[in-house]
Amino acid sequence: MTRTPGQRLLVALPYLWLLVLFLAPFLIVLKISLSDLAVARPPYMPQFDLSEGWAGVAAFVDALDVENYVFLAEDSLYINAYLSSLRIAAISTVITLLIGYAIAYALARAPRRWRPTLVMLVILPFWTSFLIRVYAWIGILKTEGLLNQALLSVGLIGEPLTILNTNTAVYIGIVYSYLPFMVLPVYATLEKMDESLLEAAADLGSSRLAAFFLVTLPLSLPGVLAGCFLVFIPAIGEFVIPDLLGGSETLMIGKTLWVEFFNNRDWPLASAVAIVLLALLIVPIVLFQRQQMRQEIGT
Amino acid sequence: MTAPFAPWADPAASPLIEIRDVTKRFGAFEAVKSLSLNIYEREFFAILGPSGCGKTTLMRMLAGFETPSEGAILLDGEDLSPVPPAKRPVNMMFQSYALFPHLTVEKNIAFGLKREGTPSGEIAERVTDIMRLVQLTDFARRKPDQLSGGQRQRVALARALVKRPRLLLLDEPLGALDKKLRQETQFELMNIQETLGTTFVIVTHDQEEAMTVSSRIAVMRAGELAQVATPADLYERPESRFVADFIGEVTILEGRVSGADAVGATLSAMEGAPDLRVATDTLPPLGETAWLALRPETVTITPDRPEGADNALPGTVLDIAYLGNLSTYHVALADGRVVKAQESNRFGANRRGITWEDAVWVSWEEDAGVLLQA
Ligand SMILES: Nc1ncnc2c1ncn2[C@@H]1O[C@H](COP(=O)(O)OP(=O)(O)OP(=O)(O)O)[C@@H](O)[C@H]1O
Ligand SMILES: [Mg+2]
Repeated sequence: MTRTPGQRLLVALPYLWLLVLFLAPFLIVLKISLSDLAVARPPYMPQFDLSEGWAGVAAFVDALDVENYVFLAEDSLYINAYLSSLRIAAISTVITLLIGYAIAYALARAPRRWRPTLVMLVILPFWTSFLIRVYAWIGILKTEGLLNQALLSVGLIGEPLTILNTNTAVYIGIVYSYLPFMVLPVYATLEKMDESLLEAAADLGSSRLAAFFLVTLPLSLPGVLAGCFLVFIPAIGEFVIPDLLGGSETLMIGKTLWVEFFNNRDWPLASAVAIVLLALLIVPIVLFQRQQMRQEIGT
Repeated sequence: MTAPFAPWADPAASPLIEIRDVTKRFGAFEAVKSLSLNIYEREFFAILGPSGCGKTTLMRMLAGFETPSEGAILLDGEDLSPVPPAKRPVNMMFQSYALFPHLTVEKNIAFGLKREGTPSGEIAERVTDIMRLVQLTDFARRKPDQLSGGQRQRVALARALVKRPRLLLLDEPLGALDKKLRQETQFELMNIQETLGTTFVIVTHDQEEAMTVSSRIAVMRAGELAQVATPADLYERPESRFVADFIGEVTILEGRVSGADAVGATLSAMEGAPDLRVATDTLPPLGETAWLALRPETVTITPDRPEGADNALPGTVLDIAYLGNLSTYHVALADGRVVKAQESNRFGANRRGITWEDAVWVSWEEDAGVLLQA
């Protein structure tokens, strides 16, 4: 098939987009991560300088090294931050899954004419700023906040709970913020499930509970996987939630990166942290892509 | 010679399923209206009717997915209403098949037996047997989406049959198949039913299919039973115009009852023509409107007035439908009403020498048609 110039341009556009807005910045960050810290502006060495010709390029390449990565590997702070991020992201994903599945299930079982409205309600929070919603949680979770006041007045607790600035608050924040990303894909698979399958299961002698585990759950697995990836991947690099709701015990790589970049002004090290994070995320992202592809072929 | 299979005619026989005055309402709408019906062991019972007449609703009540608003359904004389679908000795083959897409053919079929807690050795044996019966052995490890429509339908059948239900419900089981495969499968179904001796209730809106497979047919109309009878009775002795019209081709002539004696009645159907003679054993009241239902194959078409025919009317040929083995002539009578006459083409359709616009006579014997009062 031959393409007209117009068609070629159309095909080239997304690639151009990726090149300018993804690949180029990535290469720049990669380059900075291989540079050395310098008291200068920008705060790293070497700078790319074409005025000295080939000799300049050779000297430039020569000056690049991987010592920032070596440093990351040697200082347990970073490894712990990565591991802790993975753990927090994993636990949050599991909690989000349990709550999100229940919500999605209820949505899919709701009367048909209510469903669009209910789905709308799930998406509604996106209409307010993410930052404001996280700030709102500070108001709810702090010692003299709404939650403690409510629990105290009901008499469930004798003295206020310390939730804000702990990992618990981070879990609450992540679960709350990412819940729609779990609910929507799970709902999509549950909603399109043929209800006669459950009747067939009942007809063949299974209880409602058995039918759920033998039919509903396996058939919703693609949605569950998609939801888990959609929550897990961004949760690893999350910065705002641990920064605002977490405390000194909360160790997450997004926060570490922020500190290196803004407080220590160590751009090269911060870049190395970012590159390693990216490398870590590539594994689940590739798995996610593969799963989505299989989905498409399957249907 | 053994007596023909007809437990419904035997007053001593007790039915397997007894549907007693069952009504099903969805809101204010009555999908099934005070319906009573007995179905006997080993029957192949067909429910036939136009779309939306309540066939699926009736089946779903038998399976337990809907509860009757009024009335009761009894199995072996025991009320089924407190028994949930999972506990009924009744299995259903769904209109959409409802195969589990994530399970292989084998596992789909074994699903019901596993739920019963059948020992795994026996499960394997029964699944293998039933797969052989429905010719699925080669597809045991395939998933439903890797099967053709006909194969899927057989998986659905096997999955329901393997549980050895007392009653198997089939809701339009062959709807998705093309005509040839449909006919083959009809005979397969009949063989399977005969082999296993299970009682089958099949829903269809294909009257030919119902006639082919079943021992008795219930014709439904708007939630009610129009008639329940054997295929031959239904075709030859319909009780209403609806049934006569629904089963096969028919000509219905409206008239007024002008006379009645021991062997039949006369019907004044057309001005200027002699009254039509009909043999009937239920004598209609004089002067009332009644209808004569004539099957096209009982009507003879001739170029000239036939000698000695009980009934003969003149007309012109309006249309000829050539069906290969048969030709159906649509003959317009003097007042415009159309009578269908069917002739065999054993000696070739052209030999008859009748063509469009020809003036012809249609004739039939007095016992050819049925006199209907509804
Ligand atoms: N759950 C329901 N709620 C309301 N009305 C219903 C429901 N199920 C069926 N009906 C109505 O009851 C009537 C009978 O439906 P049913 O499905 O039994 O028809 P059917 O004879 O099986 O038709 P088809 O040949 O098209 O399958 C229809 O008018 C249908 O709209
Ligand atoms: Mg139906």
